Amino acid sequence: MSAPALSLSGVSCTFVDRHDAAQRYTAVRDVTLTVGAGEFVSVVGPTGCGKSTLLNVAAGLLEPSSGTVEVFGAPLSGINARAGYMFQAESLMPWRTALANVMAGLEFRGVPDARERAMEWLKRVGLGAFGERYPHQLSGGMRKRTSLAQTLALDPDIILMDEPFSALDIQTRQLMENEVLALWAGDGDKRRAAPSLSPTPSGGASEASGGRQGRKAVLFITHDLDEAIAMSDRVVVLSAGPASRPIGEFKVDLERPRDVAEVRATPRFVELHQAIWGVLRDEVLKGYQQQLAA
Amino acid sequence: MKFWNLIKPRPGNLRLWQLAVLVLVFGLWHVLTKPGLIPPFVFENERQAAFFFGEPLVIFGRVGDWFFSNADIYQHLWVTLVETVLAFGIGTALGLVFGLWLALSPMAAAILDPYIKAANSMPRVILAPIFAVWFGLGIASKVALGVTLVFFIVFFNVYQGVKEVSPVVLANARMLGASPRQLLRHVYLPSATSWVFSSLHTSVGLAFVGAVVGEYLGSSRGVGYLILQAEGAFDINTVMAGILVLTAFALALDAAVGRIEQRLMKWQPKSGETEKL
Repeated sequence: MSAPALSLSGVSCTFVDRHDAAQRYTAVRDVTLTVGAGEFVSVVGPTGCGKSTLLNVAAGLLEPSSGTVEVFGAPLSGINARAGYMFQAESLMPWRTALANVMAGLEFRGVPDARERAMEWLKRVGLGAFGERYPHQLSGGMRKRTSLAQTLALDPDIILMDEPFSALDIQTRQLMENEVLALWAGDGDKRRAAPSLSPTPSGGASEASGGRQGRKAVLFITHDLDEAIAMSDRVVVLSAGPASRPIGEFKVDLERPRDVAEVRATPRFVELHQAIWGVLRDEVLKGYQQQLAA
Repeated sequence: MKFWNLIKPRPGNLRLWQLAVLVLVFGLWHVLTKPGLIPPFVFENERQAAFFFGEPLVIFGRVGDWFFSNADIYQHLWVTLVETVLAFGIGTALGLVFGLWLALSPMAAAILDPYIKAANSMPRVILAPIFAVWFGLGIASKVALGVTLVFFIVFFNVYQGVKEVSPVVLANARMLGASPRQLLRHVYLPSATSWVFSSLHTSVGLAFVGAVVGEYLGSSRGVGYLILQAEGAFDINTVMAGILVLTAFALALDAAVGRIEQRLMKWQPKSGETEKL
């Protein structure tokens, strides 16, 4: 079996206060987590449990205090070039139009037909008519879609998502979740059609996951259990911080393709929800108590 | 009552009201200074008010002479304009370069910090005589003075602009594969430029101040020089005319900057804009 898309082993992150070296905070301790090629994994946990820290480590934006990160079997150093990152906060460059934002990554890599590809992606997320608008002229949902196009336009093998839809209203959110699932599921066809951006790194996702036709691996961070179950293949539960670590792992064996709104009504979903919530509940309460005490 | 309703201030006749204020000021000025119009009540004789404050009609005559009959102010205006633009351009470029450099290398910033603070708090107009000695009485000494005024405004704004780049936007650009150079070009620079533009009105004004003060302290051309000459001859009317021309000129510069700003900063949200979808 080939190497997983992303593999964190024994990762700990300790932050030291810049002014007072004695003030230490361990966000995550000894986390081991793998995301197979083409697999959709969600990480849930109470607020402040270091979910984002894990994602930043996987992205190469943050170096872990200890432990190793491997991307398709190769140790990660610097930015994870095979990953795309969708941030929780506004991440579009406000001085670029929607189209120019989607183009940015392609432009940075010197892709010749950047404009055409960006336009194509903008159309795929339903914003073909809004390319010339600046981020402040778009609604929150449109900005998220632009971010999605920006991330996917680079055709990354791994997508890291940090509560990307938490700022959206529930209807827009479900629409976006379905869109992401559709883009993720339909990705195999797109990939074969379009020429690959960079020289495809060896043992890419397409070979690793056989029948899945080169779906991207997704590491999805959320605090919304419903969202996590509805979207993923696997849900990992983190304990309350500080020093969070995975305390439970559940395989989501719901049929695909899924509609995130409809799947919530199925008995299996309810069963899974109860099982995972049973683990998560104590941690949420623990986290809440800690926040009250602080 | 009907008449008042007709002329009551409202957005539609705003310009007319603004014009009315101008006319009122000049009218009052005229009435109070015109010899023989009203008996003197502050000064001893009726010519003194005109001597100290000038007469609007004479001042307008002087401005008219400058622009039309003699048409000799254009060379002076041109010199002042060139000085202002050069001071603004050079000061902005230097401020941009130094601001980016210091913001991106914290160690250099830490070393230079006290000196920058000292240089900024120094009353730099006092350097004008030194610049005159160094660069002579031509354009160069005025430009140098203007540059010292503009530089710090732009420098501090760029420094701030780079420091306040959204960390998320920065991380996003890095994830999208931007090299350090591309980060500078596509993230730091646009972010800093928005801060520069927010200070543009101030820095153009200061470049203008540098030019005029420089001329005033010693020169052979420029509007500041005209004023200096007239002052030497106690010709208050020409001084006032010079001030009027400078004011109008400064307003025109400011409007030009506003235009440029509008063109370049269209990505910035404006308050009250209802274009959102």
